[in-house]
This record gives sequence, structure tokens and C-alpha cells, in this order.
Amino acid sequence: MNNAPTAGRYSLKRYLGGYVLALLLTAIPFGLAATAALPRHSVLIAVGAAALAQVLVHLRCFLHLGLRTTAPERLLAIAFAAVLILIMIGGSLWIMFNLHYRMWV
Amino acid sequence: MSIAGKDTAVLPEADVYEQRALGFWLYLMSDAIIFALLFATYLVMVGNTAGGPGGGDLFSLSHTFGETLLLLTSSLTFGLASVALDSGNRRQLLGWLAVTFALGLGFVAMELREFHGLIALGAGPERSGFLSAFFTLVGTHGLHVSAGLVFILVMMAQVAVKGLSRPVASRLERLGLFWHFLDIVWIGIFSAVYLPGILQ
Repeated sequence: MNNAPTAGRYSLKRYLGGYVLALLLTAIPFGLAATAALPRHSVLIAVGAAALAQVLVHLRCFLHLGLRTTAPERLLAIAFAAVLILIMIGGSLWIMFNLHYRMWV
Repeated sequence: MSIAGKDTAVLPEADVYEQRALGFWLYLMSDAIIFALLFATYLVMVGNTAGGPGGGDLFSLSHTFGETLLLLTSSLTFGLASVALDSGNRRQLLGWLAVTFALGLGFVAMELREFHGLIALGAGPERSGFLSAFFTLVGTHGLHVSAGLVFILVMMAQVAVKGLSRPVASRLERLGLFWHFLDIVWIGIFSAVYLPGILQ
């Protein structure tokens, strides 16, 4: 019986693969934080890199984003959001920490 | 200008659902920007503990890991629900939606327990700028997950009553976007809030 209106758009393999990758990319930062074997600075960089990789895995495997398969207006919207997010987070941190430095040092 | 009847003004059915999915996608992007601002606020405020406790004193690695596993697994089970929707298997779809709901509820329960414990310690949102920003960011995410839980219940009822009609499938698709999006926000929360806090 296959009367589903979305037939064939979701693949079990991709969900399972994404889950395994995401688990791995979760275990690495938590493991590093638990063992505290590396200096704090290096752990933070590794945590950030694992987070970025895991976001990409989620976009690809769970939200089915693909440069060729996704409608261009959706890609445009997410690219625009990404630029705004970078400007807002990066800009806020830049300004506030610069201010902090000038005020207190 | 046009003498066409009103039927032509209405989009073909497939295009209507495509448009709704795009509209929901645009909503998600604006939601992502709200979260980005809350992240920026948190990162600016993280040092302002006003002599109160900081992240290192308050956060628990195992608790956060448990929350992460619950939410990540619920993303997988929602995917399995989507696969069941694909093959037109109504019972499996309802089953996986129920599992997703249970995992999401477990996540919200863990978060409420954490918040309750913090407030009992005197580390509520009014204690310091750091804690205000923490509760706002993590609480906003928790509210979204709670709204997603209500959304799941509504869709389970619709699947049970209306069956797998095209409109129901289209709503399930949008619910899926919402649920997977919340898991992405959580990656940011454990990577920018909990782990750096614990490492202090």
C-alpha cells in the first residue's frame, strides 16, 4: 500500500547515517570536556569545529538540504540568514569585547 | 486585464504546498536570527556574574549530555516517522510520532528540573546578567520545544482522524522542519553555553 503523498522523498539510510555521525560529533566535544586532557583553548576550538560539522550533518541528513536538490529561494534564504547571523554575533562580540578592553585595561 | 475565471487565480495544489513550505522555511530563518541575537547577548553577558555563581558552578556535564541524547534521538525518530509517511504506513507513523513526543517531553522535563534546581540554589534569572541571558536563551529554546510537542499532538490527532491526506502530509513536513531546526539550535546551546561553562 503506497498512497502516500510524499512517496520516495525520505530515505531511512540517510536518517540513520546522519544520526550516527551526529552521535559521533556529540561524543567528541563531551568527551574532551569530561577528560580535560587538553588546554581549555584547544578544547573550545574543537568544540566549535564539531558543532559546525554537526550543523552541516543535520542540514544535510535531517533537513535534506542539497545545493542541487533544494529550491534556490530556500538556499538564498538560508544564506541570507547565515550572513545576518555572522554579522550580528561576530559584530556584537567584536564591539563589546573591544569596548571592554578599552574600558578596563 | 485578464478575463480568466477565478479558478486560474488559484495555484495548482502542488504549488500551494510548495509555497507553504517556503513560507515556513522563511519563518524558521527569522527564528534562527532571534536565536542568534540571544546567543550574542549570552556571549556578551557570560562574564557578568555579579559575584554570583558562574557556569562552572552550575552546569552538569552528564545532565546536558542526557538532554542532548534525548533531543538528537527524537530527531531520528521524527525521521523514521517521515519514512513511515512516505510508505503510507499510518500505524508506524503514529508510533514514531508518539516516541518523538515522549523523547521531547523527557527533554523538557530535564530542562525544567535543571531550572528548578538553579532557582532553588538562588541562581535564578534575577541573580546576574549572566543568568538572565542564560535563562532567556535556554528558556526560549525550551518554549519552542514545548510548542513543537503541542504541534506533534495536534498532528497525531489529525493523522488518526483525517488519515494521510495531502494537507496532513504537508503539515507533517513543516512540523519536521521545525523539529529538526530545534535540534540544530540545541547544538549551538551545548557548544556555546554548557561546554564552555563547564570548562571554566
